Amino acid sequence: MDSIYNDLNAPHSMGTTIIGVTYDGGVVLGADSRTSTGMYVANRASDKITQLTDNVYICRSGSAADSQVLSDYVRYYLHQHTIQLGQPATVKVAANLVRMVSYNNKNMLQTGLIVGGWDKYEGGKIYGIPLGGTLLEQPFTIGGSGSSYLYGFFDQVWKEGMTQDEAEKLVVKAVSLAIARDGASGGVVRTVTINKDGVSRKFYPGNTLPLWHEELEAKDSLLDILSAASPEPMVS
Amino acid sequence: MSRFEESAPARGGFSFDLCKRNEMLMQKGLKPSSYLKTGTTIVGLVFQDGVILGADTRATEGPIVADKNCEKIHYMAPNIYCCGAGTAADTEAVTDMVSSQLKLHRFHTGRESRVVTALTLLKSHLFSYQGHVSAALVLGGVDVTGPHLHTIYPHGSTDTLPFATMGSGSLAAMAIFESKYREGLTRDEGVKLVAEAICSGIFNDLGSGSNVDVCVITKGKREYLRNYMLPNPRTYVSEKGYSFSKKTEVLLTKITPLRELVEVIEGGDAMEE
Repeated sequence: MDSIYNDLNAPHSMGTTIIGVTYDGGVVLGADSRTSTGMYVANRASDKITQLTDNVYICRSGSAADSQVLSDYVRYYLHQHTIQLGQPATVKVAANLVRMVSYNNKNMLQTGLIVGGWDKYEGGKIYGIPLGGTLLEQPFTIGGSGSSYLYGFFDQVWKEGMTQDEAEKLVVKAVSLAIARDGASGGVVRTVTINKDGVSRKFYPGNTLPLWHEELEAKDSLLDILSAASPEPMVS
Repeated sequence: MSRFEESAPARGGFSFDLCKRNEMLMQKGLKPSSYLKTGTTIVGLVFQDGVILGADTRATEGPIVADKNCEKIHYMAPNIYCCGAGTAADTEAVTDMVSSQLKLHRFHTGRESRVVTALTLLKSHLFSYQGHVSAALVLGGVDVTGPHLHTIYPHGSTDTLPFATMGSGSLAAMAIFESKYREGLTRDEGVKLVAEAICSGIFNDLGSGSNVDVCVITKGKREYLRNYMLPNPRTYVSEKGYSFSKKTEVLLTKITPLRELVEVIEGGDAMEE
């Protein structure tokens, strides 16, 4: 009983599964939606994919407070940079700004991030910025506590030059696999697709996701079923 | 109180000078003084015309109820209110501070305050204190952009939700919301649901109790329903009254009002030399 009470005061962390993949023409970013404080789910429908500029988005994992503040700062720096440059910021610049803040405050921050976007010079790019502030440009990357369950899956399934549809389906499948096995990930799957035509957000509620090994189908609550049926009079 | 260090330079921010001393004292066996916490159930929900906030009214100091009827719904702006859970001093101070900052901002801009402004001010203050300001808040209000409801955690993270609960009774209240909340509630339905959620916290959580406070905020209007429900009345009052032992000296049985009634005479003669 005591441990539950203490846990409610634990820092807000996003257990999380976050994914970023490139495809032929752009990038797809995906994430689950569970934010937990200890063993309690504080928000079951959070949005972990935040906008930095019109064409660059960031997936957040780790401490919720740290990642929110970091993305607020980087959004502000990027806005200034865009005004000074006179044209949209590139994904590389956005990722470098995130890396600078993350690295220079490495003792205080506890957040792993994935920056993804599209610009006219390099096309679709994904950058992984794990704890500590390393910057790594990769064709795909995964992060968060649920990512542990996806390394083997991606090794097998990944291929270069997928279509947008293939990439989106891959991301949704991967996040739902991680949700099935990781207690700290759950809720809905959100994806953001960025290409030369712009940005499109998609949302996959829990009951539209495929079922995996030993998972049961969602059923209507017994309370609804019982209250819908007309009550029979008691007969002695 | 003897001080081992020189006083800190006037630089703003928390002075950590005494932390080592406190650690040393705790190691020697000194128990830290307890502080007033609001055990608490606080809730908020968005309904069709705005937001409704609710809170219980018990403030605890360890296992003792220090205040049976405290106010946990704090004023931030005419169109924004904030419920606070955690250390009572921290929630009071941080909401007071941001309320003043919002007022200055209103004078500066000449406009009604927005909920996101209060949100950003609160979240940046709490983040810079790295969770040591133990205030968990439910912030709600209606501004030109519409109704908003946010939760703010002591470490500075925020969530935007259609319904939210915080405090030790949050699980009990969330159970009620998850089963009965739907979009587009009317005012009466919303108030009833909020009261039910707070009652669930009051009766099932030891840290929450006493009465239910409700605050309904809509465009251009707010109703602060202090003690909307009193589900814990004092049921037994002795008819005999209090009897004191014969040795007790009774000094006065007269009640003297301290403030004198001053008669104001309108339109008197001006003072003349």
